[in-house]
Amino acid sequence: MGMIEGFGIQGLQMLLVVALAPGLTGLVRRIKARLMRRRGASILQPYRDIARLMRKEVVLAENASWLFRAAPYLIFAATWVAAALVPTFATGLQFSWTADLIALVALLGSARFFLALAALDVGTGFGGLGASREMMFASMAEPAMLLTVFVIALVAGSTQLSTVVQAFSGPTVGLRVSLGMAAIALIIVAIAENGRIPVDNPSTHLELTMVHEAMVLEYSGRHLAMIELAAALKLLLYVSLIACLFAPWGIAREGDGPAALAFGALAYVGKLAVGGSALAAFEISVAKMRIFRVPSFLGFALMLGLLGTLLLFVSRTL
Amino acid sequence: MNDILDKIDTDTAAFRTHALPDHIVTPGEWETAALALGKGAAELTALWASRRGVHMLLRAGGNLGLLTLETEDSFPSVGRHHAPAQRMERAIRDLHGLIPEGAPDTRPWLDHGRWGVSHPLGRPGPATEARYPFLPAEGESLHQVAVGPVHAGIIEPGHFRFTAQGETLVRLEARLGYAHKGIGALMRGASLTRGAAIAGRTSGDSTVAYAWAYAQAVEAALGARVPERALWLRALMAELERLANHLGDIGATCNDAGFAMMLAHCGVLRERVLRAADAAFGHRLMRDCVLPGGVSRDLDAAGHAAIAELVREIRARFPALVALYDTSPSLLDRTVGTGWLDPALAARFAAGGFVGRASRRAFDTRRDLAYAPYDRLRFEVPCREDGDVNARILIRIAEVGQTLDLIDQLLVNLPGGEASAPMPEGTPGHMGLGLVEGFRGDVLAWVEIGPGGTLAASHLRDPSWFQWPLVEAAIEGNIIADFPLCNKSFNCSYSGHDL
Repeated sequence: MGMIEGFGIQGLQMLLVVALAPGLTGLVRRIKARLMRRRGASILQPYRDIARLMRKEVVLAENASWLFRAAPYLIFAATWVAAALVPTFATGLQFSWTADLIALVALLGSARFFLALAALDVGTGFGGLGASREMMFASMAEPAMLLTVFVIALVAGSTQLSTVVQAFSGPTVGLRVSLGMAAIALIIVAIAENGRIPVDNPSTHLELTMVHEAMVLEYSGRHLAMIELAAALKLLLYVSLIACLFAPWGIAREGDGPAALAFGALAYVGKLAVGGSALAAFEISVAKMRIFRVPSFLGFALMLGLLGTLLLFVSRTL
Repeated sequence: MNDILDKIDTDTAAFRTHALPDHIVTPGEWETAALALGKGAAELTALWASRRGVHMLLRAGGNLGLLTLETEDSFPSVGRHHAPAQRMERAIRDLHGLIPEGAPDTRPWLDHGRWGVSHPLGRPGPATEARYPFLPAEGESLHQVAVGPVHAGIIEPGHFRFTAQGETLVRLEARLGYAHKGIGALMRGASLTRGAAIAGRTSGDSTVAYAWAYAQAVEAALGARVPERALWLRALMAELERLANHLGDIGATCNDAGFAMMLAHCGVLRERVLRAADAAFGHRLMRDCVLPGGVSRDLDAAGHAAIAELVREIRARFPALVALYDTSPSLLDRTVGTGWLDPALAARFAAGGFVGRASRRAFDTRRDLAYAPYDRLRFEVPCREDGDVNARILIRIAEVGQTLDLIDQLLVNLPGGEASAPMPEGTPGHMGLGLVEGFRGDVLAWVEIGPGGTLAASHLRDPSWFQWPLVEAAIEGNIIADFPLCNKSFNCSYSGHDL
């Protein structure tokens, strides 16, 4: 495959994730509404919201520093790059040599770092509250994510996503206890990282219970649009990541023709729909946890990751 | 002290049917009464002021006693001996300019310095200053979070000042008064009919309870006879109102724990109640349906059928929601043990409604200060001892069942005849008292009749006056993130409290 097609497919992937992300968020909201026997807003509503926010003026706190203004773009950029690295419909993308799981964790960690700083920047009570809660969760979620990465790397022999996907979709890996543990751990981390119920409630109006929303309360206009889009991208990223690691079916290989690429894209959209529906069904069936229960919830993911790693040291076939 | 307790001598039957007698007391006797309250010898039901002075309504068992201290400038503080009186005294000072001597808290309460005038119901003076010092909390690593009066959701305005150590709450102080409408001034000199409209607008979710309490007060002051059918129709409306609010709040409380499913289903049932009320009485919330002398709209066959159908539907669908609540461990994990209200505090503050009944205070105006037609209906008053968010939800679930039974009885035995009667001429100076069990608790209305069929003075007391301070007590030691859940489980009225 030539350089030009390579860049073409990589560009397509970058556009695809941005284009699909609000749709996934809209889909989750829509399914939740339908499951609660409400009509619900259109799946396109998040697109309209972002378009509306882009047109609106930005209201800045008087004491907001440059950091507060720059943070939305930094957060969006970091999340977008991270989302573009995950193989969605094809592996062997032009940037796949950078598509390392540890780089992914680092990119998301940087985005979180800037968001927490921005939340503290204007000095409101809610910003501080949200930032401290987010950091408390992150201190558990990040190690859990890394341990999951180790399990995957030990099985696949690489932390590079393209290689991992090729290995996992091959015949040698099969069903493994350690991978099952890693899958559950990754799902728990995904729920926490995206601020979904039971960790955080993305649709709450109660300032005092918010985590992610408390941090972005002071944002408006295009800044808020960037943050909303980044949040949607992050959800898409985690669903894509779980799909490409644990359900790598249909992903086009390096050098495949247009037919395989088209099939890969179709399979990818199908996986997103399944992931979104499962998330919605889970969210309406549980209540939000007490804040101080969340570390033990994430601790469970951490232990699973650790156990998976240890199992692989005992035997490479587990 | 026994002299004072002897003054609690008006039994239920007497104040329900006749003008309310009052005992003029000396400042010394007034203070003795305050001490008796502090010792728990009687319950404080209301404390308010009029042009004559300050009034204190005491309850002991089924008897009430109204003490009046005639004064133009000051009175001995009741709050010094009995904490539940403190906010009422602050409100008296704001509205009437009467100073509670020796009061522990001299800050304004309803007056935020934005009325352009001070003491609007007494001798008006220049506006007070807007500065308001919150109570201090000192210590290592404490931080404050200020919430409201404008909230992210569409709820009433109130300011909450949290002092927390990390997530753990050290102190919560509420500041209310943002929904002040000047009910006292609007009522003064209003006609009895207009008074009913104002009373019904004091707290929108309890409009039937307020209108009924007001009607009771006026009818007692005038010695009016109300047709039997009207009383039964009022009870029917009051039970529909209770049903709508309980259903809505059970769902809303669960939603504040992030469990939106309950809200969605309870919301549907609440909507059904409102539509049935609309079909039966011509207004979803039944506003302006209760008037002195009777009700403004009689129930026809179609309305009767709509309510009967409603009861059938809720009986069919509500048990599944109760089962959902009972079998969702993630939800129970949030509600059990959260926001515990000490039964001793509930008794001391005479907390009405489900708040009191979830904390061992088995008081229900319908049973303990009985009024028609409840004296001829069968119902139970559920009571629990655990006092947490879960207990308040379970009490309300039990009350939904009782209310459905009551509606059944009301529909089956509804007497015929007129739905309203003309009111007799009033005697100026007569006072009347109304006490009705709203969904939050006992709603009190007191009126003094003026010349020519007008109101000389009035006082409407929401049950929330005694419940708001308990929210502050119940939240102590909980975490900030649990406040919305605790607060919703109390669901006190802002508008009814702010007057």
